[in-house]
Amino acid sequence: MTSKNLEISVGAFVLAGILALVVLALNVSGLSYRADDQSYYLFARFENLAGLSERAKISLSGVTIGRVVSITLDTEDYVAVVKMAIDKDVPLTTDTSASILTAGLLGEKYIGLSVGADDELLINADEIEDTQSSIVLEELIGQFLFSRSE
Amino acid sequence: MMVKALVNRVRFIGNGMLNISAGVGRAAWFFIHVLSWGSGFKAPFKRLLQQVYQLGVLSLPIVLVAGLFVGMVLALQGYHILVGYGSQEAVGQMVALSLLREFGPVVTALLFAGRAGSALTAEIGLMKATEQLSAMEIMGVDPFKRIMAPRLWGGVITLPILTVMFSVLGIYGGAFVAVEVLGIYDGSYWANMQNSVEFNEDVVKGVVKSLVFAVVVTWLAIFHGWNATPTSQGISRATTATVVQASLAVLALDFILTAVMLGGF
Amino acid sequence: MENFAELVDLSFSRDGRLILDHISLQIPKGKVTAILGPSGTGKTTLLRLISGQLKPDSGDVIVDGLSVPSLSRNDLFTLRKRLSLLFQTGALFTDMSVFENVAFSLREHTRLPEHMIRDLVLLRLQSVGLRGAAHHMPSELSGGMARRVALARSLALDPELIMYDEPFTGQDPISMAVLVKLIRNVNDLLSLTSVLVSHDVEEALSIADQVYVLSHGRLIGEGTPEHVRQTDSPELKQFLFGHVDGPVSFHYPSKPLAQEVLPL
Repeated sequence: MTSKNLEISVGAFVLAGILALVVLALNVSGLSYRADDQSYYLFARFENLAGLSERAKISLSGVTIGRVVSITLDTEDYVAVVKMAIDKDVPLTTDTSASILTAGLLGEKYIGLSVGADDELLINADEIEDTQSSIVLEELIGQFLFSRSE
Repeated sequence: MMVKALVNRVRFIGNGMLNISAGVGRAAWFFIHVLSWGSGFKAPFKRLLQQVYQLGVLSLPIVLVAGLFVGMVLALQGYHILVGYGSQEAVGQMVALSLLREFGPVVTALLFAGRAGSALTAEIGLMKATEQLSAMEIMGVDPFKRIMAPRLWGGVITLPILTVMFSVLGIYGGAFVAVEVLGIYDGSYWANMQNSVEFNEDVVKGVVKSLVFAVVVTWLAIFHGWNATPTSQGISRATTATVVQASLAVLALDFILTAVMLGGF
Repeated sequence: MENFAELVDLSFSRDGRLILDHISLQIPKGKVTAILGPSGTGKTTLLRLISGQLKPDSGDVIVDGLSVPSLSRNDLFTLRKRLSLLFQTGALFTDMSVFENVAFSLREHTRLPEHMIRDLVLLRLQSVGLRGAAHHMPSELSGGMARRVALARSLALDPELIMYDEPFTGQDPISMAVLVKLIRNVNDLLSLTSVLVSHDVEEALSIADQVYVLSHGRLIGEGTPEHVRQTDSPELKQFLFGHVDGPVSFHYPSKPLAQEVLPL
């Protein structure tokens, strides 16, 4: 094995390794180049998150337009406060509504947005007023039984 | 009579413990010694390259083929389990996560221990048996710096690269099985995967695991070679010890690392 | 007569067995000193004590005025550049060619340019008669040739002391004669000090200036070859002249034959 061949094959090996890593980054983990300054932040309050986790996706008409950045508890009103990062190029009206929905049967929670008809748009650090908490099966059954007994 | 037998048994165990202690001590000293990469010898980079070639490039066939098959089997098995819940579209994320977090680092490390680890032990053991290491010492060249250190660094660089390649091949192999053979929609395979695989969480942690494995496996391989009795039996015993101990170490460390990474102990 | 090296009241034991028992001997400069003795008496151990690979239990090893056991690792490595040890098997580096083997110390310890190294290597190989074999790999050489290459390798840095560990063992008559001649010539031409450890009595005596005979960890004879050949000691005579029976008895200790074989 001449010195030149050795260097070439080792170089190829290392390059292939780096390539594999890049493939993993892009194709497998869906790493996107969205930098922080390409999103604006909105807040929303929910009574019950029931399984929504950080980094859950936020979708509008089925298109992912953002991610949940953080979840905190407001200890005064006892509601969950969700901070969302939305793509800058997606304008949302002030009467947009946010609901916590379930994706697929395995129950991954995400936030679905639905745009309203207002003229004004939400800006950074605004809050989405119209929210719908997650549907919890037990409550649903309870409501049903309750209404049945009437 | 009974007492004597008992005392002997205890002494035997005690000796065994002391031997293990001594062995660990020797190994630790050895490790620190090998890490040094001091001045005083020429062309270290070339030597490192040679080792990366020996350990990495030559391990490619087994790693790539194994990765392919593991990925395909994961897809196959995964599909049949998930189909019972109607969640077969999730097979992509199942294959990817299993590979990136567990199978990639662990299986690659085990294969590495068997192929490259045993080769290292045999090579160094043979050098010791034919007194090449002694001759080098007498000629004023530190065999630790010239022989051991390049091999240790070579292993540390190589195994993570092999691991990443293993995972990639597994994922694509799984894709082939899922899409072509089992009829999953190509888009779902990749989309579900991309949604649930986090680069920092899964890929990076997998690489971190493989780094830890690399250090342990290579170090054990070199140590056993250096420590081998210079007879043919001694070398065979040393090679076996490398493969067995390295494999067990990888599995045990995997558990510990997984626990730390998932739950934070 | 100056001594290049000296062992002073040296004792060494391994695994509880006493291998060397208060040995004192001197290695005079510029001469060939032979250390003879039956296999396993610790002759190789002696060489390793001189080179500092082993530490004595008591006593001292002095090489060119330095006390070897008390040298630091770095000082020891510096000293070793002036010594050479020729192993019984040659111990050539199997992954390098003959040329690379001989060039090894030159490359590691000097910054000589490549063409100078090439010339030096070829000259050394010429002195052992193997210049034509420079591109072979060690596995392609016969035992005798391997030893000669190892000799060339040991001489590469012009050492001051060269030690030979059983150089004649297992050699055919031609190789033996070649080695004997080489050892003596190399010592004289390069003004080296040579220490030769062997149990091939005749060969060793034919070129040694001074002889020590070791047995069971003690010296049983010393002096010039002539002096030693004329000894009265039965132990020494048995070893030197190869008598089957004598102080080292032929029979392993056992009951009388009549008792074991004939029925009582």
